[in-house]
Amino acid sequence: MSWWRHLTAGIEALARRTETERDERDEIQHFLEEAAAEYEARGWTRREALRKVRLEFGGEMQAQARLRDHGWENLVEALWTDLRYAARRLRGEPVVAGVTVLTLAVGLGAATAIFSAVETILMQPLPYPDAEHVVSVWDVGEDGAPLELTFGTFRELIERSHSFEALAVFKPWQPNLSGTEVPLRLIGQSVSSGYFETLGVRPEIGRDFRPQDDRMGGPREVVLGHSVWRDHFGSDPEIVEKTIQLDERDFVVIGVMPASFENLLSPEAGIWSSLQYDMSQGRAWGHHLRAVGRLRPGLQLSAATREVEEIAATPWSDFPRPQWASLDRGLRVVRLHDEITALVRPALLAILGAAGLLLLIVCVNVTLLLLARGVRRRGELALRRALGAGRKRLIRQLLTESLLLAAIGAVLGLVFAELGIHGLVSLGPSDLPRIHAVSMNSTVFAAGLGLAVLVGFAFGLVPALRATETTSHRDLAYASSRLTGRRGLPQALIVVEVALAVVLLVGSGLLLRSLEGLLGVDMGFEPDRAQTMQVLVSGDRFDNRVTEAFFARSLEAVRSVPGAASAAFTSQLPLSGDYDVYGVRFGSEDGVESGEGGMFRYTVSTGYFESMGIPLLRGRTFDRRDEVGDHRVAIVSESAARTRLGGLDPIGQPLRVGPADLPPYTIVGVVADVRQASLALGDAAAVYVLSGQWHFADDVRSLVVRSAGDEGPQPADLRAAIWSIDSNRPIVRAASLRELVNRSVGERRFTWSLVQGFSVASLFLAAAGLYGVLAASVDQRSREWGIRSAMGASRRANVALVLRQGLALTALGTTCGVVVAVVITRGLVGMLYGVSNLDPATYVGVVALLIAVATLACGIPALRAGRVDPVTALRAE
Amino acid sequence: MSSDPNTDVIHGTLDLLILKTLSLEPLHGFGIARRVEQISGRVFKVNPGSLLTALKRLERSGCLESEWRQTENSRRAKYYALTPAGHRQLEVESAEWNRRSSAVQRLLAAES
Repeated sequence: MSWWRHLTAGIEALARRTETERDERDEIQHFLEEAAAEYEARGWTRREALRKVRLEFGGEMQAQARLRDHGWENLVEALWTDLRYAARRLRGEPVVAGVTVLTLAVGLGAATAIFSAVETILMQPLPYPDAEHVVSVWDVGEDGAPLELTFGTFRELIERSHSFEALAVFKPWQPNLSGTEVPLRLIGQSVSSGYFETLGVRPEIGRDFRPQDDRMGGPREVVLGHSVWRDHFGSDPEIVEKTIQLDERDFVVIGVMPASFENLLSPEAGIWSSLQYDMSQGRAWGHHLRAVGRLRPGLQLSAATREVEEIAATPWSDFPRPQWASLDRGLRVVRLHDEITALVRPALLAILGAAGLLLLIVCVNVTLLLLARGVRRRGELALRRALGAGRKRLIRQLLTESLLLAAIGAVLGLVFAELGIHGLVSLGPSDLPRIHAVSMNSTVFAAGLGLAVLVGFAFGLVPALRATETTSHRDLAYASSRLTGRRGLPQALIVVEVALAVVLLVGSGLLLRSLEGLLGVDMGFEPDRAQTMQVLVSGDRFDNRVTEAFFARSLEAVRSVPGAASAAFTSQLPLSGDYDVYGVRFGSEDGVESGEGGMFRYTVSTGYFESMGIPLLRGRTFDRRDEVGDHRVAIVSESAARTRLGGLDPIGQPLRVGPADLPPYTIVGVVADVRQASLALGDAAAVYVLSGQWHFADDVRSLVVRSAGDEGPQPADLRAAIWSIDSNRPIVRAASLRELVNRSVGERRFTWSLVQGFSVASLFLAAAGLYGVLAASVDQRSREWGIRSAMGASRRANVALVLRQGLALTALGTTCGVVVAVVITRGLVGMLYGVSNLDPATYVGVVALLIAVATLACGIPALRAGRVDPVTALRAE
Repeated sequence: MSSDPNTDVIHGTLDLLILKTLSLEPLHGFGIARRVEQISGRVFKVNPGSLLTALKRLERSGCLESEWRQTENSRRAKYYALTPAGHRQLEVESAEWNRRSSAVQRLLAAES
């Protein structure tokens, strides 16, 4: 228990410091007195005895100092003294301390926030048990892209595959919740019975879907998400077994999911119904089901892939496959985590890289600041050494100061990190997976803190070692005069800093050029002065005829709203995330087909092209005659007309889409290509038909209203017009076309704005570093300026000398930076649009910007060098 | 720091010397120093800084206990005495010392 005695004795000594000190003094004095008394007894005089004792045993102070070195409480005391002294020193130079702390805090905060997000999104396992076993299963389309599964393939896999512990399919489901004040559409999923089991989650209350109920005509049951249960059912604890009305049908609530359930396959979904797949009429063969599976424990992904490929390659007669679901191109098994993060990984890594570069610049800058401080304090330190302070003691003092700076920087940095994470969560694009799960975790916290301490040690040690390595008279001379010191290290650091800033600026410039390029593309429609909203019908009442009539009457009502120049309905809107593709065949009925393939399918009302501002290139648009006539007409996009018809004049050509037993459409017009899936993807083949001439009535349609003047119709008026026809129709997703465009580049804008922020910060830091180093050098060399002036150098010559020095450093740094940027921006290539990573304009712009900023940063100290008065400079000190 | 090597206590043996000295009777700091000096025939000389630090360390590790007493000439003096743990420590350390010194002696004998 000796540590305990050490501890208590130490605490006692700390608590009763004066008594402890008195006791120590008494004991030492007693020792020396006794020794002296002995000499006196042997006949020496008192004075001589005391002198002998001093010679023999040393002085009282020395003994006390020895005694002081022992025991932890004295270390604490020394540390406390150091800390108080450090705080006093930092208060004495608030600007340097403030800038250092703030720089450090910004760097640490940004890096910690970004790393927290990246760690959560890319590295943490998904929030499911054994999440690495959860996979997606995809069919493969003609173009090699993943394609949704058909129910037929799902059934075959269930029967034949042994790789999966559980396998489930699902599709979107958006029921209309009845009995609410404003018609309300819920976002949900229709899932087969193994869905929750596959993910490994269970309802918090109630039960999961039963396999035996997952059949056509089975009981109508729903599971509620926690937020839907809370927001629309008041967290009713007795909700299970109660009946609710969805799409004007009764559903029994069987369970409620826990609040912690993150549904990554459809993050917005808050209600689930049983799929109860309708296999009649050959409908088992539509590619519209997403599949999720859980691999058997211990099974490798590659083994599962091999097995499903094997199944795809060897059809069984028990499971006849149609030609379009023949699995000729195999099946794909993808780890769910990889699938979810695949799209955002490059952007996140780019942001992380930028944050890392910023942190590096911050470290360099703080080193520069502390080095400059060390140089300024050389005289003081030399003086303290000359007065007897040990080297260890001085290093400890300097380390304490820089650690104190680092600690304050770290605390502030953690505050910044917390704010940064909040900012990321609220400003980040909503399609960033798991963004709401991002929080500062302890690993990141510890990493940040460790980094801060390391930075503190490193930054404290360098100046401390340099400042205390010698105690020559030359150093002592710093106390009073100023000599030219070594400037190699700061200059090297400046070059590094400028180079890093160039890299960041180039990256940010390239991303900006891509963004501008994207927003500048010909979208194929006119995004300004048009607003959109989505209208839904659902329920048994809405058969094809009723649905069509409802949309037709709604359109009439909307067209009469003041301020609406034109209006139309469409089954899908560009850049809205809608993605509706059908196989289309061109050519005459006698089998001479000149082209086949998937095309975007739009069912629209008349006036759609006018409302969207899509230019008509050839032929005509739909008009009233088409609405009443039996003649089935279609309009195709320019790229479809160009590539799918083998050079034939498109007007008058037949086109087949939908069920084969229906007569073909005749092409009557060609319109411009529209960017449907994303601004970056051009040449979208598209076919437009009138909604009344399609074989079923789409129950979700988007309204597009073009404004007559700058002030368009109020969204509330548009809603009121539709509700005047049927007040139970939910209206959602109200947005202007411009907003859809901006949202579609949200992730790019987000990436760019972060990288932009970091690069601007880096530019400031580099400029500040340049300024600081030059200013210090000008101050140190004031005598030199004086001598030069006295020898006849003009003011201008002095200014030019400093400018040249600063700009030479900038040029070197810029050159290094450009070289590094050329290499590093290769990693960005996948995120660039319409601009090469070697884009000359970007590089030239960055270099020009840097030189301009550097000139400004060098100019101020340069002018000061020019203003030095020779007489004052030579007389000073 | 003395330039005469004879007066320095062999590194690491101060504890042993203190423990041995105190095993005879409780003493104050100077008493210990004097006793060490006398018994060693003036080979070892102890300065107060090292001695008091060693005493503090030994006290904290439980080998010694101390009390303040009045001396004959009515001054305060801190007297140290061995605890049972101190006696045990003395045995351990003297055994260790004997082992080492006899090893050194054997080596020296072999050299000559």
